[in-house]
This record gives sequence, C-alpha cells and structure tokens, in this order.
Amino acid sequence: MPTLRIPTPLRPYADGQTEISVQGKTVAEALGDLTTQFPELKKHLFSEAGELRAFVNLFLGEEDVRHLQGIETPLKDDDMLRIIPSIAGGNH
Amino acid sequence: MTLPTLSHDEIFRYSRHLLIPEVGLEGQQKLKAASVLVVGTGGLGSPVALYLAAAGIGRIGLVDYDVVDFSNLQRQVIHGESRMGKLKVESARERMLDINPDIQVDIYNEIFTSQNAIRIAEPYDIIIDGTDNFPTRYLVNDLCVLTGKPNVYGSIFRFDGQVSVFYAKEGPCYRCLFPEPPPPGLVPSCAEGGVLGVLPGTVGTIQASEAIKLILGIGEPLIGKLLLYNALDMSFDFVRLRKNPNCKVCSDHPEVAGLIDYEEFCGMPATDHGIGSAGDEWDITAAELKERLDRGDHLRLIDVREPHELAISKLDGAELIPLGQLASRMHELDSAEEIVLFCKMGSRSVRALEVLASAGFRKIKNLEGGINAWAEEVDPGLPIY
Repeated sequence: MPTLRIPTPLRPYADGQTEISVQGKTVAEALGDLTTQFPELKKHLFSEAGELRAFVNLFLGEEDVRHLQGIETPLKDDDMLRIIPSIAGGNH
Repeated sequence: MTLPTLSHDEIFRYSRHLLIPEVGLEGQQKLKAASVLVVGTGGLGSPVALYLAAAGIGRIGLVDYDVVDFSNLQRQVIHGESRMGKLKVESARERMLDINPDIQVDIYNEIFTSQNAIRIAEPYDIIIDGTDNFPTRYLVNDLCVLTGKPNVYGSIFRFDGQVSVFYAKEGPCYRCLFPEPPPPGLVPSCAEGGVLGVLPGTVGTIQASEAIKLILGIGEPLIGKLLLYNALDMSFDFVRLRKNPNCKVCSDHPEVAGLIDYEEFCGMPATDHGIGSAGDEWDITAAELKERLDRGDHLRLIDVREPHELAISKLDGAELIPLGQLASRMHELDSAEEIVLFCKMGSRSVRALEVLASAGFRKIKNLEGGINAWAEEVDPGLPIY
C-alpha cells in the first residue's frame, strides 16, 4: 500500500501518526482513504466544495503532483506521498 | 564595480576564507561589498546575523520591533541575560559588532509592514526571511519579487524546518508553492506549538550559507528546491519547486502589482497584539473568571491544550479536551451549560470557541490570554510558560 507522510501541524488530526498506509491507485483515492480513516483531516485538506485546498501541497518523490497528473496521478504500492505544510515559525 | 580593498587586519581575520579557492581574496571583497537585510532577530535571525557578521558581510540590516525576554534565550543565541528588556535589534547589533567591528549594522526598530518595507529594503541586495508569521512571509516574498531581490527563506515548527531561495528572476517564489496561507489557527505559532531550541540554529545557518553562496556566485543555490529538514528523523529531503504559470505575483500576468494588506490577506495579525482574544463578547478575563468561580457559579472549564502541558500548569476542576479532538468529542459537552475554554495563551481556545460556535453552542467563553494570564493575574503559584 502507498504511504502518506503527515506533516507535524496535521498530526493532531491523525491520531498523532507520522506515516499512514493508505489504499488507492491514485492520489485522489489515497486521500479519500486517508480522510475515511481520519475524518477530522477532511476539512483541513478539502474545501467545502470538495476541492483540494490551495495551501495543501502534495509531493510524490521530488515532484509536486500538480506537475504530474494532479490528484489523478497514479500511485504504486511502494510510493510515498508527502503533504508539505505551510509553516511560519522563526522569530518568537 | 570596484571592490573594496581589505586591510591587513581583515586579511588576517578572514584568512580561513581566503584559503578557500572558491572564496579567495576577491570573494572576501565581494562579501565586504555586499548588503543583506535580516527580517527578524529571533530564532532564525540570531544565527543568521551572527554568522553573516563573522563572515564579513559589509552591511547588515536588522528589522525587529520586540524586546529580549527570558523565554527567548532557549534559542535566540545572539541575545543574553544581560540584555533582558533591551530592544532586540540593539542587543543583536552589540553582539555583532563585538564579533566584527569592521562591518556596518543598521537597525530598524519597526514592525515590517507594507508601508515601510520598500524603504527599509531599498539599500540591500538580499533579504533573509527570519519572521514568524504568515502575513510577514507573504510581505517579504512580494517585496522581493517586485524589487527583484532574492528571498532566503527559512521556517520552523517543533522539529521541522524548511529552507529555500525564492528568487523570481531565476525560479519560483513563495507564492508559487503556497498561493494561499492556511486558515488561521491550523498551524500554531512556535509560542503555542513549541520549537526545539537548536532547530532555528540548523535552519538559520543554512540560510546564512545560502546568502553567502548567492553573494559569491558559487555552488548550487536552493533556487527551485525546497529543503525539508526533520531533527527527529535526522532527515534532509529535497523537493523540486517550479514556477507557477498562474502565480499572482511572479507570473507574466501578475494580479499583485504592489504591496497589499497582508494581515487581511492572511486573515491573521502579523504581531502578537490581540492574540488570545476572541473579542469582547466572547472573552472572559482571568479576574472575571475568578470572581465567578468564587461566587459558586457553575462553569465547565475545558482545557484544550495537549496532555503533556498539564505537567506544566493546570486549573483545578478543568477537563482536558485537546483542540484536535474537540470536534469528535463534542457530545461530551452540553450546550445548555456555561463553558469556559482555555489554553496556554488563548489562541487555541479561540479556535475551539469557533468550532463550538459553528456547532450551535452559545454559552461559551474564551479565557483571554489563557492559563498564562490566570497565572499572572490570579494565581502567582502557577508558572508562566
């Protein structure tokens, strides 16, 4: 099964887990499985209209899935899909 | 451009640089001729400013509006106990000139805003983003795109760090990766979420290296690449970033032609002011809460912090429901009861209040300033953290 790496800011909504095995042959299916396992994540990843939010960056290997086939990008069993979060800390 | 010459003292001071063929005498002269603006003199700005001063960057600007406090010293290594309460920019300058009196350090004791950013940044070749909030990060990005300067970006949270060089002339900008900020509250600040003290050291020194490489024109800068560092896994991963053809600021058809109101764009303040308050109607102060509890009013106190924070301080009679679990544990609450929500400083409890309000709860209050305000105003026996 492909693995999804959960960034620190989203871990409270995924039982504190770092990596989660997900079922799916595409990015969309993998995210669907993820939000079925952890419904709290859904509103952080998708808008009310069901679209992936603009601040959510998904990378397969080194590549942004937006530059592959978007959420239709196919996934292999040993693929690692990574959510890259917006973090802002640094001064205080 | 004629490069400045180096004195004999400078040649001796920088001898370890001069010995590196990629730097050499000319490289050191380039560093002396260079100017860098460091926005923020906290966690990231400390190592950046120390190393740039030591490296002999001729002119360094520092922007910060804050004063040194005790909780800074766990990571802001440019400051010290002797400088408590002093302006951070002055404290930093003093230390930098102690390391290297040959450089010029300009200080700007101001909040970096759309009104002053262009003026402040004008004399500098490179901008280093060592800020701590989304509005200022978007401001630094747009400023750099609009004025054609490289933005050496670094950001941290708990054990995670990110570094890149956003230089729109040669690659993507911050907005290409993050067209929009996350909704307020999704990503806690370091003041709420915490940060490993050495993490900004690692990230800031990488930013300083990138700035020096840009000045010298050597190596592979992090343009079009994002470094993802995790101190727990000790992993350094890189992902490739590309220019977004529809980027609102750096594409061929930009929508943003000047600096905008970034607090409005991000829906959050750029400073700590007002954080921890949900507005008069929803807030209860520590003193008011004490008075009501003393009167024997029935209030349910809900602590929305993380379980490990209870070891630091807690309120008698409070029940713990961490913010991340609130939505799924809402059935444990009764909207007919009066509920007071609190956290460390009031940011997470404001989020919790919004979650409950959108579910129809009305008899809810936010403890303004959190348990820290309670410790300060009501119970000095509790520590402030």
